[in-house]
Amino acid sequence: MKMLQILGPGCPKCKKLAENTEAAAKGLGIEYRMEKVTEIRKIMEFGVMSTPALAVDGAVKFAGKIPTAEEIRRILASA
Amino acid sequence: MEGKACCDSEAGRGVARPDQPAAAGWENYRRFLLPGILLLSGWWLLYRSLAPFSRWMTYDVFSLPRGSRFASAVEFFIFDTPKVLLLLTLVVFGIGVVRSYFTPDRARRILVGKREAAGNVFAALLGIVTPFCSCSAVPMFIGFVTAGVPLGVTFSFLISAPMVNEIALVLLFGLFGWKIAVLYLGTGLAVAMIAGWTIGRLGMEKHVESWVYQAACSGGEAAGEGSMSIADRVRNGYEAVRDIVGKVWVYVVLGIAVGAGIHGYVPENFLASFMGSGAWWSVPLAVLIGIPMYSNAAGIIPVVQALLAKGAALGTVLAFMMAVIGLSLPEMIILRKVLKVRLVATFAGVVGFGILIVGTLFNRVL
Repeated sequence: MKMLQILGPGCPKCKKLAENTEAAAKGLGIEYRMEKVTEIRKIMEFGVMSTPALAVDGAVKFAGKIPTAEEIRRILASA
Repeated sequence: MEGKACCDSEAGRGVARPDQPAAAGWENYRRFLLPGILLLSGWWLLYRSLAPFSRWMTYDVFSLPRGSRFASAVEFFIFDTPKVLLLLTLVVFGIGVVRSYFTPDRARRILVGKREAAGNVFAALLGIVTPFCSCSAVPMFIGFVTAGVPLGVTFSFLISAPMVNEIALVLLFGLFGWKIAVLYLGTGLAVAMIAGWTIGRLGMEKHVESWVYQAACSGGEAAGEGSMSIADRVRNGYEAVRDIVGKVWVYVVLGIAVGAGIHGYVPENFLASFMGSGAWWSVPLAVLIGIPMYSNAAGIIPVVQALLAKGAALGTVLAFMMAVIGLSLPEMIILRKVLKVRLVATFAGVVGFGILIVGTLFNRVL
């Protein structure tokens, strides 16, 4: 089961990333758990400087931009 | 506390993703050269045709009487709207491509080694080309500070990034001419550099929330850095246009419509009485009003148009614009998470003061 974490303080961009990620994961039909990380301290632990960011199973895959559901799918499929 | 570089920013530098080609060769450039030249020529032709086109539309197609206020308002609108949108598209694309070369991580690496003064200069300049979103202000601040970038230098970056904004510059250039755009750029950078340096001199490191310096930072490398192909960079530019112009064009059209209306209808010198260069309190007032306000760069332009057209002094208007874009209540609230109140207040105060000086100086000099 994949752990998908959305890193960001909760601005509209983070919500968009969450939506795209959800769409991608559902589209692939994989088992996943999605979590929103809004606390700055935890976000920094990922070593991320620009939010929003997406981490898959603890590894940051995107930071600072909002990838399309398609792009996220590709990453999820190969991760 | 200073110099404690817990983030090893060497980690992951320039690691190419295994499935990416190494640095783009000539072949990759060539693919884009011809379409690029064609598109640019097309752009230029469109741009040059706008003036005659707007005249033709106003006076021939709509048959409006020459010299009437309405006609000149319409002509202004038909000319300026596509003009500004064309400029925006070109510049946002260009900056989008340039930004693909600069990540916050890279900015951090560049700044870590620099001392004050030189660092402030670099930081302010980097603020222009590094992608920045206000929600990333805090993570970026922490990332910089924990990597050992001096506090003042980090502030120079934080000030210039939102304020010296390519959208603002394009709009100023398109609507008011290159001199005003360059003025804004120059003074914006100056404020960023000097305010940042000043804050550094004040030695307020202990006013940063202590947990920030203890924040663990692992390697600081998000996937996606490493070499990007030219195609990726072009796509970055294209996405920037789609996102930014897509979001901002409404404001632009609105702003120009307001400008067009003012062109013909609001009486001259309406605002000169209280915003003109004569009133000594106009600049401080403008700055005070502007600080808590926030607007994106495009949204403030109609206001700038209105003020300038109706007699407000240039210095006052510039100060107002900088105060609105550069500082805002939401931003202060966000910064409060990492800075103690006194530092937030100092930040707002020093920047506000810098803007005030700039505004007053220009009112005196121009």
